[in-house]
Amino acid sequence: MTARPAAGELEEGRRHDLRRDRSPDAPDTESFADGDGAFGYVHSYETGSRLDGPGIRVTLFLSGCPLRCRYCHNPDTWHLRHGSRVPVERVVGRLGDFAPALRAMKGGLTISGGEPMVQAAFAGRIFRAAKGLGLHTALDTSGLLGERASDGFLGLVDLVLLDVKAWREETYRRLTRREIAPTLRFAERLAALGKPVWVRYVLVPGLTDDPAEIDGVAGFVAAMPNVEWVEVLPFHQLGAFKWAELGLDYDLSDTPPASSELVARAVGRFRDAGCIAR
Amino acid sequence: MSDTTTTDSRRGFAGRRWRREIDLRDFIVSNVTPFTDEPGFLVGPSGRTRAVWERLQPFFREEIANGVLDVDATTPSSLTSHGPGYIDRDNEVVAGLQTDRPFRRAIMPVGGFRMVEAGLEATGRELDPVVRDAFTKYRKTHNDGVFDLYTPEIRACRSSHIITGLPDAYGRGRIIGDYRRVALYGVDRLVEVKKAERAGVDSRWPTDEVLRLREELADQLRALADLKEMAASYGFDVGRPATTAREAVQWTYFGYLGAVKESNGAAMSVGRISSFLDVYIERDLAEGTLTEVEAQELVDQLVIKLRIVRFLRSPEYDALFSGDPYWATESVGGMALDGRTLVTRSSYRMLHTLTNLGPAPEPNLTVLWSTRLPDAFKRYCLALSRDTSSLQYENDDLMLPKYGDDYGIACCVSAMRLGRQMQFFGARVNLAKCLLYAINGGRDEMTGKQIGPANRPVEGDVLDYDDVLAKYDAMMAWLARTYVHAMNCIHYSHDRYNYERLLMALHDRDVVRTMAFGIAGLSIAADSLSAIRHAVVKPLRTEDGLVVDYEIDGPFPTFGNNDPRVDDIAADLVKRFMNHLREHPTYRGAVHTQSVLTITSNVVYGKHTGNTPDGRRTGEPFAPGANPMHGRDASGWLASCLSVARLDYDDAQDGISYTLSIVPSATRLSEEEGLAGAVNALDMFFSQGGFHMNLNVVSPETLRDAMDHPDRYPQLTVRVSGYAVNFVRLTREQQLDVIGRTFHGGLA
Repeated sequence: MTARPAAGELEEGRRHDLRRDRSPDAPDTESFADGDGAFGYVHSYETGSRLDGPGIRVTLFLSGCPLRCRYCHNPDTWHLRHGSRVPVERVVGRLGDFAPALRAMKGGLTISGGEPMVQAAFAGRIFRAAKGLGLHTALDTSGLLGERASDGFLGLVDLVLLDVKAWREETYRRLTRREIAPTLRFAERLAALGKPVWVRYVLVPGLTDDPAEIDGVAGFVAAMPNVEWVEVLPFHQLGAFKWAELGLDYDLSDTPPASSELVARAVGRFRDAGCIAR
Repeated sequence: MSDTTTTDSRRGFAGRRWRREIDLRDFIVSNVTPFTDEPGFLVGPSGRTRAVWERLQPFFREEIANGVLDVDATTPSSLTSHGPGYIDRDNEVVAGLQTDRPFRRAIMPVGGFRMVEAGLEATGRELDPVVRDAFTKYRKTHNDGVFDLYTPEIRACRSSHIITGLPDAYGRGRIIGDYRRVALYGVDRLVEVKKAERAGVDSRWPTDEVLRLREELADQLRALADLKEMAASYGFDVGRPATTAREAVQWTYFGYLGAVKESNGAAMSVGRISSFLDVYIERDLAEGTLTEVEAQELVDQLVIKLRIVRFLRSPEYDALFSGDPYWATESVGGMALDGRTLVTRSSYRMLHTLTNLGPAPEPNLTVLWSTRLPDAFKRYCLALSRDTSSLQYENDDLMLPKYGDDYGIACCVSAMRLGRQMQFFGARVNLAKCLLYAINGGRDEMTGKQIGPANRPVEGDVLDYDDVLAKYDAMMAWLARTYVHAMNCIHYSHDRYNYERLLMALHDRDVVRTMAFGIAGLSIAADSLSAIRHAVVKPLRTEDGLVVDYEIDGPFPTFGNNDPRVDDIAADLVKRFMNHLREHPTYRGAVHTQSVLTITSNVVYGKHTGNTPDGRRTGEPFAPGANPMHGRDASGWLASCLSVARLDYDDAQDGISYTLSIVPSATRLSEEEGLAGAVNALDMFFSQGGFHMNLNVVSPETLRDAMDHPDRYPQLTVRVSGYAVNFVRLTREQQLDVIGRTFHGGLA
């Protein structure tokens, strides 16, 4: 059943399912020394997503994230210990079950999180196997740990979904408790490499809908020819229950979901700045 | 037969073989105009269509509120039993009703008198005493016949619900008359051919078999004469072939109408008529005698007639097959053997009735999907699915090599060559309960009664996979034997007492017969075995040793997650049971086939099945058809449908039913991208070996609202297992079951 996976087993479920304490002995995310990637900590995987890259995809959600986004809808991915410890062979075997279908649908694998670069070696081994299976690969990242992505690693990634959460430093810090500079440096490096990128911007009413924020991001990415899409992701409350379950203080309880009008306005601003946005 | 009319009816048509002998396939491939463009030509309903449709709305509303509207309880139905009936004579361009008034149901006691009695009782009506006497004193019914033949063992299996839904008290259905023959050849020619067929049998020595066939052919000839008489009562001479599109539609419909006047079959498919009729429509359009509005009007009005077929059935029947279905299945699309598509403008016109008349469960519109279908058609179908949830899809690439390019779908998923093949329908057995019988040595887990053979029950505190599987296999062998036995009784009796003389008159004499067995509870059986193998399952026994519950310790993979560890178990069960069935000879040498299909009986099956080793509680509904259990296909729609695609069609050639419900959601993808993705998904499913997809695009919230406010959703249609239903006409229990199923996000 779906109650709890066997040891070393990938767990069925959705990104919106709460997962906790699957691996109580796991190290802290901050002190985690990425090893050879023979195993990793996995929150969940979904099959059939149409929004995590081109075509129809399998999306793998890894545990561990150094950011503390106030609007995070998966706070149960912050710590490695909430995820299941799974050997890389098991993940690759599972991906193989889906490979013919994914190829038939011109889809592929997206590794998301959490922040997948916390477990860069693990992610890299999975990407290498995915390329071997003839799949399109996408990395969904905040860019904070972009320096961990070697050129060799990026060679295995066909598309980067880059979360640019704000433009102004203080906004970014207030939102995530981290610096924005590494993300911007990573974006510039991807541009220099000509790596295809979809920039994502989560639109949170009252937090990131300030035109100045949007214009800043828009101006930054409009000049990058490798950016194929700017996608505006409307904030939702599907993750609110996780904050409560995990005993975390959630200060967006009263924030409404981003309306379609608000999204349309943000998309319009990106377009006005010369971005291809949706 | 008048030569001038025959010549006139065939003007402009190509091909030769179909002129010499009855060969609809040759006629179609010789004359079809494949259509691969965008359907910009489609038009709305005509004024006449709107008038007729409007006239029917009060009937639909009243039926939702009060059920059966009217019954003629005095006149057993036949081709000629009722005078002509009309909805709105001035505006009807396709004539003919089952009785003299719309929504007035007829009685058909030869199938089973009890069905009629119970049906009338449920509506508070009395049966005419003369009819009662006739069918209790003078005329034996199919139902009587079967019960004279049944053994105590079969009766026990029936009442313990390990074999359920057998057509022993009602018409078997699932026979598709080739109604197109009436239009293309005219009844007089069909009579000539039947007479020649009969002459060929007269010279044979009169064995039982030969005598039966002679009698059947005599009945068929009488049915053809009656069909002419029925049509004549509406002022049409169907003795001659149709000469125009309007006549072709009318003649074809008369064939179908005759069938539903004589046979209260569970499923009464129309066949595959759109692209056949298209040949006539194209000719009239080219000759300038028909406009597009008139062409659409013909199709719309034909479909109106197909939407108001009604049968009188009992409450028990409705519990199994909910929502008053009759599976007027029309198969649309597909490919020809020569590589051209059989999609025509009239394929679109047929599907466009869902737009012109709104969504509806009948006719059961079935798209024969090939990865080679024109892209515009694929996108059109998926847009319709998104908007109406009224279409089902079946894999033409799988069926074409087996059935050629002129097959139709009977009921939900049963393919057969039109006019050349028929089936003996056989409902299904409960494979999950069979597992419980294996565990309990043939005793029923709910009553404790010994139903199956008294094999050794499982012993010990933990279920052992190999031990349980061996016992299960032995119990399946017994069940298969009993099941084939029951089916032989049923169809012997049905042929004898309720022979479908008109349906079979619209077939070749020497048809291929299949005997269509079925299984229910596949996902539960597979999950149970997976639990026994991968977790620790302890049986909990009553004082007298009956296992009635299970303690499950540890995780186990479940069907519906594209996980070979359990999917292979499911595929193996299908193969195993099929092989057991093949051990036992069938009535009339029918070829054994099997379906994984439940209709809505998954609810009733669940009610009669105790706790299962997968953790399902007693009474809980089964998943429909080959679906994974609700909520256990947790890895998303892709994993779910790939598990089902893993079941081998060769082991279940009567079809594998899969229902996928998708929640509509606003996405940042454009409509075009959305449809392209859906097309990719369907192409993928079918190229990975999937057989059938019942596609719903609806949210559980909408369904909940419809339960509370049925009046606001008179046409809300959902697909269940192989057919569609008007959601507000389901029982509350079944509505809850539909809402309780897995709804996947992410695709729509």
